[in-house]
Amino acid sequence: MPEASIIPVFDPAGPYAGSITTLSWVLIAMAAAVFAIVLAALWVALFGSARLKRKLGGRTAIWIRGVGFPIVVLTVLLVYGLSLTRNLTAPVPADAMRVRITGEMWWWRVAYLDGEGRPYMLDANELHIPAGRPVVLELESNDVIHSFWVPRLSGKLDMIPGRRNILPIQADAPGVFGGQCAEYCGGPHALMGFVVIAHEPAAFDAMMAARRAPRTPPDAGAGAALFRSSGCAACHRIAGTDANGMAGPDLTHVGSRRSLGAGILLNNTGTMMGWIGDSQSIKPGNRMPPYKTLSAADLQTLARYLEAQK
Amino acid sequence: MQRAGILLPLLFAIACKPPPDEVQHMPQADAARGLQVIERAGCGACHVIPGLRWPKGATGPSLEGFAAQGLIAGRLPNRPDVLAAFVRDAPATLPGTTMPAMPMTTAEAQDVAAYLYSRREP
Repeated sequence: MPEASIIPVFDPAGPYAGSITTLSWVLIAMAAAVFAIVLAALWVALFGSARLKRKLGGRTAIWIRGVGFPIVVLTVLLVYGLSLTRNLTAPVPADAMRVRITGEMWWWRVAYLDGEGRPYMLDANELHIPAGRPVVLELESNDVIHSFWVPRLSGKLDMIPGRRNILPIQADAPGVFGGQCAEYCGGPHALMGFVVIAHEPAAFDAMMAARRAPRTPPDAGAGAALFRSSGCAACHRIAGTDANGMAGPDLTHVGSRRSLGAGILLNNTGTMMGWIGDSQSIKPGNRMPPYKTLSAADLQTLARYLEAQK
Repeated sequence: MQRAGILLPLLFAIACKPPPDEVQHMPQADAARGLQVIERAGCGACHVIPGLRWPKGATGPSLEGFAAQGLIAGRLPNRPDVLAAFVRDAPATLPGTTMPAMPMTTAEAQDVAAYLYSRREP
């Protein structure tokens, strides 16, 4: 899964990540400069002439270089850093798109919110956004502390049970951006990836309108029956069908997802069959049991049924 | 002496090269690229593949020692052309098989086959 496996962290693709990247480079440059000064002082202390060594010590030198210098440098950095990243805490436009993302062990629940903050569309592990517009994320957790991080689009922010943290993200151009849970959350934490897909605004609006329209589920035949009889609906929801489980990821649009298993595998028939058949061998410890009782034909039918859920 | 300095390593290089396997030799394919295709397509979701750290799927058979295996899916001769066709579009190559078609080009499928043949067990 290319976009989630190697995520560039110094390659911002929007204004929020941009200010953080600038601040990172400034801090790295400052740290390098201070390190060089300390090494120079160490060299003087070890090998310098007696006259130079005398200049290192003394009450005045300690007050100036040991107290005054750090206070001035750190204060300047603090003010600079806070003003540089002001866009992360500035109020976002009231009409900005809002999405609630809830951390789960070990996937992401995604709910697109309307103007009143009510979810109107559920999804999982992937987020579609319009390019060039800010999007407000409400970050929550249902179990332990997770951390939401899509390095190219914004900062890293913890998802804390019982709290709602607000994180703005924005992509300047269409593209696919990988994310990763950045707070150890047990078991397969390392396999808890996320994918953000930014679309041209017009294409995005059309896609969302199509998804919001009343849904006639495709293929109500053998696949739907098998989905029901295998017990999938106990944990998974498919809008427009009687499958309404909420414990696991929503599968209403699973057929149009790029990835499976929370951003870790490219979504295709083969990976879908492998995931259904024995997801424990792929993501050990995840909460979906293996279904080794299914025949090859059953696996194919289920995979085809799920692929049709666009 | 100077000539020997050039020729001797050359001689060693020739001498060290294993004789091409007449059956599974795929000079046009690139095994290293094959591993990248395997990672991208997600073959590991169902198969244990030697040299692939993750995932080690258990739904399908392990592909360790594939070069020495007699048949593909228990039915087809284990030849490069057949294997390349099978990994790309298994249902078309062996109707009724469980493995689905996988997203890769013909050239990529040849690289995948070359990779599976390149992993020889000691």
